[in-house]
Amino acid sequence: MTMSRLPAPAGTLLDRAKPITFRFDGQAYTGYEGDTIASALAANGVTMLSRSFKYHRPRGLLSAAGHDANSLVQIGAEPSVQADRRRVVAGLDVQPQNVFGSLTRDYARAIDGLGRFLPVGFYYKTFFRPKGTWKHWEKLIRALAGLGKVDLEAHHGYYDKQYLFADVAVVGGGAAGLSAALEAADAGAEVVLIEENPTLGGALGYARFDAAGQEAARVREGLVGRVTGHANITVLTDATCNGWFADHYLPVIRGNRLYKLRARSVVVATGSYEQPMVFRNNDLPGVMYASAAQRLMRHYAVRPGNRAVVATANGDGYGAALDLIEAGVEVACVADLRPERSDGALADAVADHGVPIVRGAAVTEAIAAKGHVGVEAARVARITGQGQTAAVDDRFACDLIVTAVGYNPTANLIHHAGGRLAYNDEASMFEVVWLPETIHAAGSVTGTFALEAVLGEGRRAGWSAARDAGRTVGAAPAVPNDRGMRGINHPWPIFPHPKGRDFIDFDEDLQVHDILDAIQEGYDDVELMKRFSTCGMGPSQGRHSSLNSVRLTARANGRTVNETGTTTSRPPYTQETFGVLAGRSFEPDRLTPMHHHHVAAGAKMMVAGQWYRPQYYGSESSRDDNVRREVMAVRERVGLIDVSTLGGLEVCGPDAAELLNRIYTFTYTKQPVGRARYVLMTDQNGVIVDDGVACRFHDHHFYVTATTSGAAAVYQHMLFWNAQWRLKVNITNVTASWAAVNLAGPKARDVLARVCKDVDLSTEAFPYMEVRQGTIAGVPARIIRIGFVGELGYEIHVPASQGEALWDALMDAGKADGIVPFGIEAQRLLRLEKGHVIIGQDTDGVTNVFEADMAWAIARKKPYFVGKRTLDIHERNGLTRKLVGFSLKNPADPAPEESHLVIHDGAIVGRTTSVGRSHVLGKVIGLAYVAPDQATPGTAFHIRIGGGRMIEAVVEKPPFYDAGNKRQEL
Amino acid sequence: MKILTCPLNGPRNISEFVWGGEVKIHPPLDCTDEEWAAYAALENNTAGVVREWWYHVPTAYWIIAERDTVKDVILRTYPARELFKDRVDYDAPAAPAAGDTPRETP
Repeated sequence: MTMSRLPAPAGTLLDRAKPITFRFDGQAYTGYEGDTIASALAANGVTMLSRSFKYHRPRGLLSAAGHDANSLVQIGAEPSVQADRRRVVAGLDVQPQNVFGSLTRDYARAIDGLGRFLPVGFYYKTFFRPKGTWKHWEKLIRALAGLGKVDLEAHHGYYDKQYLFADVAVVGGGAAGLSAALEAADAGAEVVLIEENPTLGGALGYARFDAAGQEAARVREGLVGRVTGHANITVLTDATCNGWFADHYLPVIRGNRLYKLRARSVVVATGSYEQPMVFRNNDLPGVMYASAAQRLMRHYAVRPGNRAVVATANGDGYGAALDLIEAGVEVACVADLRPERSDGALADAVADHGVPIVRGAAVTEAIAAKGHVGVEAARVARITGQGQTAAVDDRFACDLIVTAVGYNPTANLIHHAGGRLAYNDEASMFEVVWLPETIHAAGSVTGTFALEAVLGEGRRAGWSAARDAGRTVGAAPAVPNDRGMRGINHPWPIFPHPKGRDFIDFDEDLQVHDILDAIQEGYDDVELMKRFSTCGMGPSQGRHSSLNSVRLTARANGRTVNETGTTTSRPPYTQETFGVLAGRSFEPDRLTPMHHHHVAAGAKMMVAGQWYRPQYYGSESSRDDNVRREVMAVRERVGLIDVSTLGGLEVCGPDAAELLNRIYTFTYTKQPVGRARYVLMTDQNGVIVDDGVACRFHDHHFYVTATTSGAAAVYQHMLFWNAQWRLKVNITNVTASWAAVNLAGPKARDVLARVCKDVDLSTEAFPYMEVRQGTIAGVPARIIRIGFVGELGYEIHVPASQGEALWDALMDAGKADGIVPFGIEAQRLLRLEKGHVIIGQDTDGVTNVFEADMAWAIARKKPYFVGKRTLDIHERNGLTRKLVGFSLKNPADPAPEESHLVIHDGAIVGRTTSVGRSHVLGKVIGLAYVAPDQATPGTAFHIRIGGGRMIEAVVEKPPFYDAGNKRQEL
Repeated sequence: MKILTCPLNGPRNISEFVWGGEVKIHPPLDCTDEEWAAYAALENNTAGVVREWWYHVPTAYWIIAERDTVKDVILRTYPARELFKDRVDYDAPAAPAAGDTPRETP
């Protein structure tokens, strides 16, 4: 049953010169450029788009505007694409969703007959007994009740983000939004106008405002012409404003781009959602909103059926009937739900065409065509009471049922912004009753439907928004008194059927009795009813179900709609993809100046915060051998490690030493120039947060190092305190300006001496914990004698641009001594042999100085340092745990892993923090938190390792290696 | 996203800032343990106007913001030196509080 297209001017969005062939459910179809998938299919006579979530019932176009889930389809790896919004392109391969087999022969369609076994809330009740049953049911239910399919192998497409700024953001490009944009722009405001459809005009582009059908086009042409030519207005079509966030921060999605729009004021002119009428089989393909039928005809030149029944409670239904008649559709009957005659001109025009108009009547049932994929007839009966109809009915053969029973405001953004809506009982409609400052609303979102009032309200909103944005404005534009709110919404377009299938929520397959049953079971609050029944929780998010379900809940509870309340809409307004949220990745990767040398030397690189660092050099398969080789080289000869990731801070000024004295636990005021001193930072709670070394180059100048991950926080911490202390000191984070290496091993001095001629490197002239400035291979360098790895060592800092030169010079100078580069793994083991802690590995978010056994780092005579007072209290109160060194009692036991638990009398008292197998010592060593009474060297304690096995460890006082620290002080 | 107006950088997205807690008055060094614990560990969590530290990360700049937590409005921002005017020393005999602190934390 191929349908021909209507002649122009129908098809305003089509380019009929460009036919496009695509596939749906395995079959080829042809549409035109500008068609949506759904409109092209409708033009080909395909009205069924999907099957429903729970009962696998056939579903077709409902809103033709992306406001329902009936139209969700899968395109390749992309699930849940709205077929009534996505335009066809050549070669598009569209698949139906939630279908087993093919769309028309779905193996799961038999579920529709089993509905009585699937009561509301069934998944809370049915599949949990006997215990353990759910895991079997879950797989089946998840397979049956899915939306699209996620392709885990799908490639991440190109997405990006752009900032936009506006004086006034106008959301919605219908009559209200267009006039608001013009008014604001005329006042000099920079306006961004956001419209989710491909063209501006909103209802002016498809609806009928007068019997002659001329007014909409005339008004639209005038407004659109002025807007598109206005220098102050930027128009974004096909763009969705998906939320309102504080201070008018609006995410606007357009294709693969997310605009982050910041405006000074906002006009919400988002219109309203047409609402469904509830009767038996109201979900069949062929039952649709009047606006959907009009969109099909006007935008896409598609005749939505051959013979129609129109059920209406307002003038828009008559407008649609006239459009249908003009499109050659036979209108079998107009059932007007209202007993009184109204809408003179439009209704008269319909009557003039000889169409029978039945007043005070409703469609009570859509009779399914053979195969259940369309409508064959409509039953129409007299309304005898609220939701009640006479037993006698008339049967009208038809393949299309069009309903026009009212609207619900598209108030999502107003909700997001904290605005309030209330139900107007006289108009049976929600309306905006309060808006936050600098947000304005206009058009049908406010309940204004009369075109002149909509235009006036738009001008008023634009005027107000321009004023909020600081523009000079004249007198406020007038708004006509009659907003046309009455006679739009029917108070009760819900006609339950004894046999059910009278759907309130199409997404979730919820019928009238499901809502009533939920209330009957005690879920009588609208929020509880929603959660128990899942009404409004599908992809449409209540767009078509909220109003009727609230009405039902109110009546069942004997309360008004306002007493019942409604659920609050939260961002996002409509579906958004993770790709849009993610955009392009701007996660920085930090590479040290020597990075490419490491890679060339075969380093296995690892991520350390934002940095890449060599883990070890050599192949992954011989990892342990590589680490051992590197460790032994440092212990026996000499090694070189890149430590450029260390933080570096210059602290300068007359109070430099005083600042360090207050920030760190040690004392620095009397630290001689040329000396280096350990720094340990605690916070107000005495918790260890960082460590490093302070090098004094001048009375007023320290160079302080910080841990790789701590540098930014240390800088922030210093600035925070000095904002209060007002010391005369200048603090600069120079981390990225310096490259650094640690040259360590018994041969380190020999190697350095070959390339550094202007510093006396002898033990006497340059002893342990001193610092010098000199030149290495022509590069100005800061040389610090420290011993993290426990050997004679020099930490050498040079300008970042010279890092590679330094590395090359030292590797070259060390050749004769068998120098090797070493990585983090070797360094961790080397320092563990010395018992040095790594902040953040051997300490956690609450470790204080005493627990870490570092009381030696506290200068007790100082009056103050950050955290001192808390540490004093800790010292008085005693310890609850302590960090100790340990080795295994039985060397044959497997090595524990880091964070294995220390068990004492059946209770957890601590955990291991560092564990390694020392090649030098020939045993497993580690650090662990134990109970204070277990902390004496020689005490045995238990560690629970993988598989629950307990092994015994013995406390051993670090350093494990070179206890006298002779080697680092050579 | 909210805008926070930095006295150095002007109006910026609040995501550029880090919250630094309530501005609290450092107690004298001879305060009781309870007074110290209240200072170091407790936040007032006031429903109303609060005075807070905020740090502009890109420019490494600490500021003070007065904010109404009920209305979710930032009332005023200013440089820390408006509140902390003079050098603080802890070894002075009377152990003064941090900064020139003309007002109590609201």
